Formats: sequence, C-alpha cells, structure tokens
Amino acid sequence: MSKIHVTTTINGDEVEFLCDPRETMLDVLRDRLGLTGAKEGCGTGDCGACSVTVDDRLVCSCLMLGAEAEGKEIATVEGIATEEKLHPLQKRFIEYAALQCGVCTPGILVAAKNLLERNPDPTETEVRYWLAGNLCRCTGYDKIIRAVMDTAAEMREAS
Amino acid sequence: MQYHTPATFGDAVAIASGAEGVTRFLAGGTDVLVQLRSDLVEPDNLIDIKRVPGASDITKNPDGSWTLGVAATGAEMSEHAELGRDWPGLVEAMDLIGSTQVQGRATLTGNLCNGSPAADSVPAMFAAGVTVSVTGPDGMRQVPVEQIPAGPGKTNLAKGELISAVHVPARRAGGGDAYLRFIPRTEMDIAVVGCGVNLALNGDTITEARVALGAVAPTVVMVPDAAAAIVGTTLDDAALAKLSEAAAAACNPIDDKRGTIAFRTHVAGVLARRVARIAYDRAKG
Amino acid sequence: MALDSQKTDGFKQVGTRPDRPDGVDKVTGRARFGADMTAPGMLWGAIVRSPHAHARIVKIDTSKAEAMDGVKAVVTRADFSTSVAPARGMRGEMWNTLENVMAGETALYDGHAVAAVAATSALAARDAMKAIEVEYEVLPHVTDVDKAMAEDAPVIRADTAEASVPEGMHPNVVRYHESGHGDLGAGFAEADLVVEEHFVTEATHQGYIEPHACLATLGGDGKGELWCCTQGHWNVQKVCAALLDLETSQLRVTASEIGGGFGGKTTVFIEPVALALSRKANKPVKVVMTRSEVFRASGPTASTSMDIRIGMKKDGTITAASGVFRCQGGAFPGAPMEFTAMCAFAPYNLKNVSQIGYDVMTNRPKQAAYRAPGSPMAAFAVESVIDELCNKLDLDTIDTRLKNASKEGTQASFGPKWDRIGLVETLEAAKAHPHYSEPLKPGQGRGISCGFWFNHGGETAVSLALSEDGTAQLAVGTPDIGGSRASMAMMAAEELGIPYENVRCTVVDTASLGYNEISHGSRVTYASGLATIKAARDAVKKLCARAAAKWGIPEDAVKWEDGCAVPSGPNAGEHDPMPLAKITAKMGATGGPIVGHFEATPEGAGVSFATHIVDAEVDQETGKTSVSRYTVVQDAGKAIHPTYVEGQFQGGAAQGIGWALNEEYVYGDDGRLQNATFLDYRIPVASDLPMIDTVIVEVPNPGHPYGVRGVGETSICPPLAAIANAVSNAAGVRLTQLPMSPPRILRALGTHD
Repeated sequence: MSKIHVTTTINGDEVEFLCDPRETMLDVLRDRLGLTGAKEGCGTGDCGACSVTVDDRLVCSCLMLGAEAEGKEIATVEGIATEEKLHPLQKRFIEYAALQCGVCTPGILVAAKNLLERNPDPTETEVRYWLAGNLCRCTGYDKIIRAVMDTAAEMREAS
Repeated sequence: MQYHTPATFGDAVAIASGAEGVTRFLAGGTDVLVQLRSDLVEPDNLIDIKRVPGASDITKNPDGSWTLGVAATGAEMSEHAELGRDWPGLVEAMDLIGSTQVQGRATLTGNLCNGSPAADSVPAMFAAGVTVSVTGPDGMRQVPVEQIPAGPGKTNLAKGELISAVHVPARRAGGGDAYLRFIPRTEMDIAVVGCGVNLALNGDTITEARVALGAVAPTVVMVPDAAAAIVGTTLDDAALAKLSEAAAAACNPIDDKRGTIAFRTHVAGVLARRVARIAYDRAKG
Repeated sequence: MALDSQKTDGFKQVGTRPDRPDGVDKVTGRARFGADMTAPGMLWGAIVRSPHAHARIVKIDTSKAEAMDGVKAVVTRADFSTSVAPARGMRGEMWNTLENVMAGETALYDGHAVAAVAATSALAARDAMKAIEVEYEVLPHVTDVDKAMAEDAPVIRADTAEASVPEGMHPNVVRYHESGHGDLGAGFAEADLVVEEHFVTEATHQGYIEPHACLATLGGDGKGELWCCTQGHWNVQKVCAALLDLETSQLRVTASEIGGGFGGKTTVFIEPVALALSRKANKPVKVVMTRSEVFRASGPTASTSMDIRIGMKKDGTITAASGVFRCQGGAFPGAPMEFTAMCAFAPYNLKNVSQIGYDVMTNRPKQAAYRAPGSPMAAFAVESVIDELCNKLDLDTIDTRLKNASKEGTQASFGPKWDRIGLVETLEAAKAHPHYSEPLKPGQGRGISCGFWFNHGGETAVSLALSEDGTAQLAVGTPDIGGSRASMAMMAAEELGIPYENVRCTVVDTASLGYNEISHGSRVTYASGLATIKAARDAVKKLCARAAAKWGIPEDAVKWEDGCAVPSGPNAGEHDPMPLAKITAKMGATGGPIVGHFEATPEGAGVSFATHIVDAEVDQETGKTSVSRYTVVQDAGKAIHPTYVEGQFQGGAAQGIGWALNEEYVYGDDGRLQNATFLDYRIPVASDLPMIDTVIVEVPNPGHPYGVRGVGETSICPPLAAIANAVSNAAGVRLTQLPMSPPRILRALGTHD
C-alpha cells in the first residue's frame, strides 16, 4: 500500500509527511509529527478532544484524513501560546481550574479560541452550544464556561 | 484503500465506474471516516470530490433559487445570511447535525447519501422540495431528493453515480419552513424523531404544505396526509390535531437504543405540531 | 480520636487558590498522557475481542495474522501466568483479573479479550487483529440482574459463591451482605405511613475522556518498564507482576498524566497484555483502547434492582427502614453491594434498620469502581422514598431529614457510632441557601437529597527532599486526578514556611517510594496530604537539629516558625532565626541531605456527607427533562484549595445528572452492547447543564492534621435522587427507574405503554 506525500502548514511552519491513505489527520499529528497535544478520546467526532482548525475552520482531526491536509493551514493547541506567553484563555483556564484532568483541555482551548475570533462577545448559551462537541467529564463545564466568558470580556477590554 | 482527488465530476465518475469493490465519495467525511474507523466500511476506493472547482460554492441564481456545492459545509450554510433568510428550516436542520467541529466539515449531500433515516437535513430538504443533480456514466440528470434514499444506509444511486449539486427552489413570498428534531440531550445526538415542514400562505390560510418525517421509517418519508390536514386552514387547533394524527399515522418506526415505537410515534405528532407553528409564523413574516 | 496537633486556622497557604504546577503543561498540549509516550523501536498492539456475550472458545487460529507483514507477536491466554488460581468470591480476585484481561476457556461478555497482536504500526496491528480467526461455541447468556438470579438463568461460573450466600440461591449470586439493628416489625408498627417501592438503575460508565493507554517494555530477563494512565501504579505493578509471573520489584511502573479515571482506572486491562506482547516480541509495545473498547471491556459500574421500605410518623420521625439491594457487576464477583447496603441509610439515625445485599454475576464486563461505588444507587432509592413520605405527610424535606439526621455519637445503620460528622451542617446550609427558598416556576419541580461516602485512608508513602537553595521536592505516589499536586505543595509549604512556588510536587514512579495505594476512596488529599504534612514535619525536625548543632543547644530547644529555626525555651539562648535556605545551603557539610519521610496507613479518613438541591423542568409532551438550577452543599472538613474542592463538587453533580437522565448501558437480546460510543452513551454536554453552585461546609475531620475530608466521591451520591425527586415533583408522578429517559418519563405519565 503506497503512502501519500503531503505538504501542509502546521502552526505556521511548513511540514511534509508521508501517510497511509487510512491515517487521519490526528494520527499524523500524533504519531508522525510528534504533536500529541490533540487527543483521541473517541475517534468518531463525538468528543472534540482532537479539535484543530483547518484554514481557520474548527474541525475534529479524527474526522479528516491526513491526505486532506495538502495545501491547508492547520493550527493545533501547540500553536496557541506565543513563545513563552500564554494566550489569555490559557491563563484563565489555569487560574479558574477550568481543567481537572486536562485531557479535554487542548480541544476546548482550540475551540474556544476559534469562537472568540469569530464572536468576541458570546452569550453563555452561545459558549455552551459552541463547546457542546467538546466533552469534559471532570468539571461539569461551570468553570470552563466562566473562563471563556471572562477571557472574552478581558480581551474586549484590551482591544 | 486508494485515495483519489479528481479535478472534475467527470473524472470522479470515471474512477468510480472503473473501481472494484467498495467505493465511497468523500466530502466532509463525518460519516465516511466514522465508518472507516469503526471497521464498518473500509472502502477500496475513496474519492475526495472537494477539489472539484465550485464544490463548496453557495450560489443564489437569478430566479431566486439556490445551487449548493456538494462540499459546502453546514458552517458555511449557517454563515450565509441570505440563505438563512430564504430557508431558515433547511439551514437549521443542517446546523443541528453534530458539533461545531462536525459543522466545519459536514455537508447536505453527505447527510443525504449516508442514507440514514434519522438524517436531520433530509426531512428539511424533502419539505423544501430540493432536487439534486446526479452525475454518472450516462451524463447528468436532476432528480427530486425524495428519490435518493432507498433504506437504512442505502441510496438509489447506481455504480459510478454521484450527486454533483443541490438545488433549492426559490423562496416565494408568503412561504416559510422549519425543522425540529427530538433528542434527549440538547446537542450531539441522532434524531429520535425529526420533522420538516414547508408551507405557503395566502393571507392567513395555508395554500401549500409539505411535511416530512425522519427516524420513524426505513427512510425519511413525505407525509402527504399531514400536509393535507393543514392546507386550507389557518393552522387552528383542529388542523393541528389532524396534522398530529396524520404524522403519527405515517410512522413505521423501530424500537432501538434511541427510542421506542410508541415514543417515536407519539413524539412525531408532537413535533409536527410544533414545527408547523414555527413554519406558519415564519410564512406570515 | 483527634490528632493532638490539629490545626484548623491561622493558615498562610491552605485555603488560598494558587495555580496548579501542571497547569501550563496542560494548556499548551505539553502534558504527556497515556497515549502520548513513544519508545525507540516501538510496536503497536491490538486486541481481539469476543463478539458474543457468552461463548466457549473452541479454537484460535493466529496463522494468517502471524504471516502478515510487520506482525511481531501474537499472544493468547497461554502467554500469561499459570500459577494464579481461581477461588471463591473476592479471594479469587487476582485470577478474576487475569481472566478478565485475557479470556481462558470461555468468553464471558461482548468485548472480552481473547487474543492480541503486536505489529509495526497501528494500522498493521488492526489489520492483523482482524485476521485472527476465533471459533466460538455460543452459550446462553444473561445480562439483567433479576434474570440472572432466576432459577432458569444460565450459570456463568459454578462454585464461585462465597459461603455466606444463603442456601438455595442461584449460583450466579456470589456474595451476600446483611447488616442493621433493632426490631423492624415493631418499628413499622409504630409508623403512621409506610412507603414501599421497587427501584432499578442501569449500569453507567465512568466516561473518562482518555481511553486506557500504555507503553510496555519487558525483556526475557524479567525486567520491565511500564508507562500507563492509571489511578494507582503500585497496584498495576503488583497485579501485572502476578499475571505475568514476574518479580514485583523488577517491573517499574510510571503513571502518566491521567485523563480522568473516576474509579475506572483502578485496575488493569491492557497493561498485562502489552507486557506479554513486549516479552514475546522483545520490543516496546504500545496499546491504546478505542472508545468502543473502553465501553465494551473496561469497567462500568453495577446495575441494580432494589426494594426499599420506610415507615414514618406524622411528625417526620422515621420508625423503621429496610432495603434489599441486588447489584450485578458483570461476569465476576465484585459488584459493590455491601457499599450500596451500608450507604443506603447512613444519613439517618434509625432505631430499626436492615439492609441486605446480593452480588450477582451476569454476562457483562467486569465492573470497576465508579466514584463512591454503590452509594449513588442506594441514595436514589432511599431518598426517593423519603421524598415520597414527605410529600404524602406534607412535611418539609429538609426539616424531616434534619429530624432524623445522623450526628456525632449516633449509631450508623451499618454498626459503628459516628465520630464528628457534618450532615446536619450541610442540611442547615442548604436550608439557608437562597436556592431552597426561591419560588418555582410553573412546570418546575424541586428535589433534595442527602448522600454519604465513607472515604478511605490506605497505604501511603511520601518523601520530601530539600534542595541546597531552600526549595523542596515533594515526591508523592498518588496519581493526580484533579489538581492534588497543588494541594500537596500547599500543605508542604504551610509546614515548611516557604512560598508555595518553592515546592515542586511530583508523582513519582514505583521505584522511587514505598507502596502507595491507588488514588481512590477520595483518599489523596486526606492520606497523601497527611503524609506530606508528616514528611514536612520530619524534615523540619531535621532542620531544627542542624540549627541546634550549629548553636550548640539541645534539639528540643529549637522550634520552627515562619520558615526559620528559632531558639525556644528558657535555656536556648539568643540566636537569630535561621531560615530554611541557610540551613540547606550548608547541609552537605552538616550531616548530608535533609529528607523528610512518612510511610504509614492512615485510618482516620473521616466520612463525608452532602445535600444537593435541584430544580428540573419536564416537557410533558415529550418527556424531556432539563435541569434549571443546581446547588451542591458538602462537608469538605477543610478545603485546602477551595477551587479544586468546588470542581469536585461540580464534577460529581454533572456526572450524577448524566446518570439520572440519559446514561445507560443498553444491551440487545443478543447480549451485545448497543451503544459503545459517545454518540449513544449520552454524557452531559456543555449545553445540557446550568452553572452548578457550590457551598463548602467545613466540619473538621478529627483524623487529619488540618481536618481534611475526602471530597471527590460524595458529590455523586445525592444527584440521582435529588434529580429524581425534582423530576417526580415536576411531572407529578414518581420515577423509580434510571435513567429517567424521555420514553420512561412518558410511560410514567401514562402517555403511552
């Protein structure tokens, strides 16, 4: 079974890889590129732990083939912080304990960041529905929602 | 598995026509990849049609009708304000499928071709009177969307055929559509029952109606009796009761992990009433 | 007995809310979870699983798989220990675990492992797994607890029952519990009203988002390394060594970051399999469960069938209570029926009480602990009946509970006298909470429930090594499942008198400390916390000794204050306070490294009670429930890091909401699990839930230096009942089966059959 050569951009860097046509983007990120921030919680698009953006569009990387990445711009949790500076969402998540085990956190941060880029002033309901595809089993979502809402407010004030 | 990226629908048809074994077309992949990963279907040939020019376009035609590319995603539909004004029910139905992440990839065509009786966008498409272009070895034909589903997981598309465009009629004045589904959670579930209603009014009176139900039969079904129950009425309580009855009577569901026969039949009637009210209010403007 | 040195106020660190030490790792994707580790030359494993609920394994043909490119090893039961032997009940637990990890002669449930393969890539391993041919002889199966007890039920394994099981029970009934006191007959005769009801709950899964994952290396020399996500790596070490006939100390186990456990990662599933594959292939092997494997083959909790009878006087006094609790825990002994029975009436001070429990085997996966195992179901049944009694006698639900509440000195339903407990305080705080007095909107119902969990101490070892620069390295052995490293560092900093940031708390591997019991039983902040405090005090003692030597005064003439050794007592003389960093800077020359230790089995865990208030709305046409307001009131003893305590409260409530409304294992007539995906195993999503309000009650636990009680588990005990009471009050009909799915609610409302 011949492999497919793919050239893509991940977190701003050009990346080339070979993949089996059956490999998902998540497989490629984790097993070929060493970017293990995105997690596989289900492999069927139901949990959101593998969330990345492709050309700024939020997707589950488990529901995308590696081969489909050709020519795309992909962003993962590893690209959210700049050098040593955390994104305000990241800071707030730590401060609010918006994570307990932290395995859903990369996906939630990618999703929340994408939301705030599209809608800097979401309502609580909008945040809850935007993140409905990001399962968290630890927190009951309360602190996550508060962290996103308060980060949005902070970012609006700062801009 | 071979992965193909044809540049035209003609090339896609050629690959599919000549392929051995199991062939699947890939647009959003939100069903195809799940089936692949769950060892339900491992295609021998996977044909990615997203690189066909125009595959993701959403276009309003001069006559007011719409042409949607087969790879246009739910998110792109939801973000298209004018499409949402014309066909709020259709857009909402599509938007109900899966998460924000799934919306970033999922397509109307994929939802249709997956062949699930519980597909959310399909009752809305049925109700809207959507047609699709089918491209195959013998050229292209345009068929009503109702003719595509054949049973759970099955379509009437022949070997080598694919859907190459989705056509949504022009929204006439005095019309409105709506879709609701029942799920136990607020998000992320498969419809236990889905109902799409599209209607047109003259003043307060319904002149035309199309009612479709999902997840209550082997395919999504049109329910002409339910439509007949409200045509000529102002959607008064008596009409709603008849609509409810007709919707329930059209149900031929199964007991499964998502719902029982009795529950589905009852809720189909409830939803039909609720959806008709929304569509009616929208039609009144 | 109270610790003589209990400190309950004047804290500098405890009660503050600092950032957790692993926070940055976890928001940047850097934290390494079970599946995030690789090793040079690593293979991937995949496990063949039975599609049948009950089947004799006639033949396993691995030849096709072995001939495939990249396949390096195939294992079956023959590759595991032959010295572990079966025994009745829980005495056979090691054998039960082996049998569960890899089936022997019979596949006992849909998803039971029967063989495994290792290959050079994940895809190659999956392809090879599908090429292993297993011939089965399908046997009759049973998955329902009541049916499994019936006369005609297929026998899952003969001669498994413990001697305590009454004569005449079906062989699937393998353990029995009976406790209580008083005279039930007299008690019920005194009652003005007796309510009796049958309750059923379905099995639910812990639903952690991270599937089980491990990376194993084991050579022919019997020396191994294992990386895995687990709540207890010493237990993994012990069990894996036994299952593979290794010497325990030759297997070093490192706990990865853990993506949720809730009890489900307190045992082994894939770890021995990965080790066996590695031993055979002589290469590192990584095994990661798919989500479907997690549902089919890792432990859900028990499903139950329960009968409750409670008698009450018009004034709300409970005169008698009895319960029968039947729990199925899959194809092995171990359903937590004794906990179910013992927790059932724990909140109440009862003169006449009886509880009976049955542990029943069925063709389902081996149950694993799930957050206060057994208690939530009991609370659902008992607290529903209390609510019904209050409704019928027109009594206030909190006042009635207060009237009967267990308190210090009263006798627990399961025997002992209570030490200092905080049930009354949670009830009073709930009553005073604005939620309790907020008027309900039309269509809403309110529910109250109490809940109880024992909490646990357990074997614990901690070491605290001071560095030359005056910082501290705290080594603990309890995997951090909810921010415990922060709490440990806070307690160490509190004792040492140094800044929180100067303590680095690490969860170390099995080679670095003595045995640490699993992170379970809500024991971590209690037991590892106690051990941390004691280890810090041990280090302080050594620091004081160095200062004493320097000053030429007796050790007992030095005390520790605000991070400094200071002279104490009339004969100590005048010396400037000697800061910790000044002592450690010279420690190499003054006696060597300074390390504090603590190794023991603390036994004063201190039970915990909670009271929850819920408002729910029911759509009468569709049976759909939404939770509109939720308040958790729980006794934490002492909240070390209040934010994380709140998080435990909220998380338990959310899981309880899922359990109450939508989560369930659905089996088909074929005995196969129908909903082994997150699509159809419906845990709450963000849009399903309201904010979850919390009230931390602090009634100090006499058994902890700061009064800490475990908080992780009690929070899931009240929600099932509280929601059931809210739904029943909203719907106007009593719901007695969980989950209260829309079809069940419509049936209860009489909308249809």
